[in-house]
Amino acid sequence: MEEKSGGGAVKRFLYVNRKAPYGTIYALESLEVVLIGAAFEQDVSLAFMGDGVYQLTKGQDTKALEVKNFSPTFRALEDYDVTKLYVEQEALLARGLTETDLVVPVEVVSAGRLAEIMEQQDVILSF
Amino acid sequence: MKFGILVNEGPYTHEASDTAYQFVKAALAKGHEIYRVFFYHDGVNNGTRLSVPPQDDRNVVKRWSELAAEHKLDLVLCIAAAQRRGLMDKSEAKRHGKDADNLAPGFRISGLGQLIEAGIQSDRLVVFGD
Repeated sequence: MEEKSGGGAVKRFLYVNRKAPYGTIYALESLEVVLIGAAFEQDVSLAFMGDGVYQLTKGQDTKALEVKNFSPTFRALEDYDVTKLYVEQEALLARGLTETDLVVPVEVVSAGRLAEIMEQQDVILSF
Repeated sequence: MKFGILVNEGPYTHEASDTAYQFVKAALAKGHEIYRVFFYHDGVNNGTRLSVPPQDDRNVVKRWSELAAEHKLDLVLCIAAAQRRGLMDKSEAKRHGKDADNLAPGFRISGLGQLIEAGIQSDRLVVFGD
């Protein structure tokens, strides 16, 4: 933990996104926490692993599902100073995806490296 | 140690709420502090006082209410998740023009900021869910 300039501690928050964007509400409600949490000026990172990598894929069309396509919101994260997005390499590979299939710039990391990143966190919210 | 608790699943369908309850009870028995229990996703359904389980089953909602009364626990339902799923206190029901409210004793409804704050204030935030 480091001290914030205005006093108070800054903790490292990692949001772990493990689920596909649609089919369950976890991904959408996780993003809602990230957006609200951004106002608390903590050190925020996002990780995408397993089916969670689908949350970031380009060309999502949810019209037939009658649910909101929230993938454009990931592009707005930069405005909230949320810029550390880690994507599990093995998860991309297993699903035939590459970095160019994703809607935002990310850092592709191995599952092993992701474990190290988790080790460095103060708070992990897993969705 | 000071714990924050996040419950992401509803009662009965999933064991997350039971496990969280047992964890909280055990932590309190060992002299630890529970800063807050935050209910998110379907976890907000743990806060309906209209739940009536069969008599030979545990009463998940009532158990939380009783533990809250005994230990002055702060049980918080996420307002956005609660609104989606029809969990209301009196003032929320009035604000949305609904004819009923269903919040169980010991629970309150508030924003997601309460979850982030629990993460900041607690030594450990423990997540219960899938």
